[in-house]
Amino acid sequence: MHIPDGFVSAPVATAGIVVAAGCIAGAVKATNRKMGEKQVPLMGVLAAFIFAAQMLNFPVAGGTSGHLIGAALAAILLGPGAAVLIMTCVLAVQCLVFQDGGLFALGVNIFNMGIVASFVGCYVYRGGAFLPGGRKGVALVSGGLAAWLSVVAASVACAVELAISGTVPLGVALPAMAGVHALIGIGEGAITVAVLSLIMATRSDLLEMEKA
Amino acid sequence: MKFKWWHGALIFALFLALLAPLASSSPDGLERVAEVKGFIEAAQGAVFEVIPDYVMPGVGNNAGATIFAGLLGTLILFGVGYGLARALRAKR
Repeated sequence: MHIPDGFVSAPVATAGIVVAAGCIAGAVKATNRKMGEKQVPLMGVLAAFIFAAQMLNFPVAGGTSGHLIGAALAAILLGPGAAVLIMTCVLAVQCLVFQDGGLFALGVNIFNMGIVASFVGCYVYRGGAFLPGGRKGVALVSGGLAAWLSVVAASVACAVELAISGTVPLGVALPAMAGVHALIGIGEGAITVAVLSLIMATRSDLLEMEKA
Repeated sequence: MKFKWWHGALIFALFLALLAPLASSSPDGLERVAEVKGFIEAAQGAVFEVIPDYVMPGVGNNAGATIFAGLLGTLILFGVGYGLARALRAKR
């Protein structure tokens, strides 16, 4: 869902940069207070994992592919602030080194896949704690749901930006983007649940860190 | 140095980068929508290029060039993520 330059207008790109910068500043402040010794290597490996996993496009229906975003996973493990920072690192390196996502569109890409996806992922996951059932089962179900919805929410944000930019009408962009990303989101949910269950089986203490 | 859990996690991420040549080359969700809805032409090329499209320039073998780019990016992001977390921790 990396937006190239040209898809969003200059005002939308600029607004994206301003909003992203503000959120990153807030995320630095929030993360700063909670950063423990264990979180340091976890932030490094999460950024590395998300980058590598994002290269692995999987096919979805109709000659289309999708890949992990990873914001929901990061937000579940480290909270929304740290997730915003991790996604910013990933998206900035992808943009500056690998020319994936436009330079001027970096702000809107951070907004969609970093900020929107992290916050939706985090709060859907936390909301899932009220579901009945065993703790592990609930965490996996709400983790999968959070991951799916984080992708759909990011695609809705992307569609709205394309529409405001005058690139494509909202009535066209919204159903198309949300529709294909509802499919891609299933992959996001599956990968997120797989990683969460791997962590539960090996290092379940890592899941306890983000108990605000 | 004792083997820690995150060494295993980093090795796992690097292993994923080795699989990058197997990734689907179909357009992604946004590209597909742009093609079908007729605004793909609006996309502009990059302002500057370093390792465009995750293919390391100068490496003859295409799969090898993708793996090289993937391993390099994975290591860069480990460094950036780890360094940022260290800096945040030191600042408080």
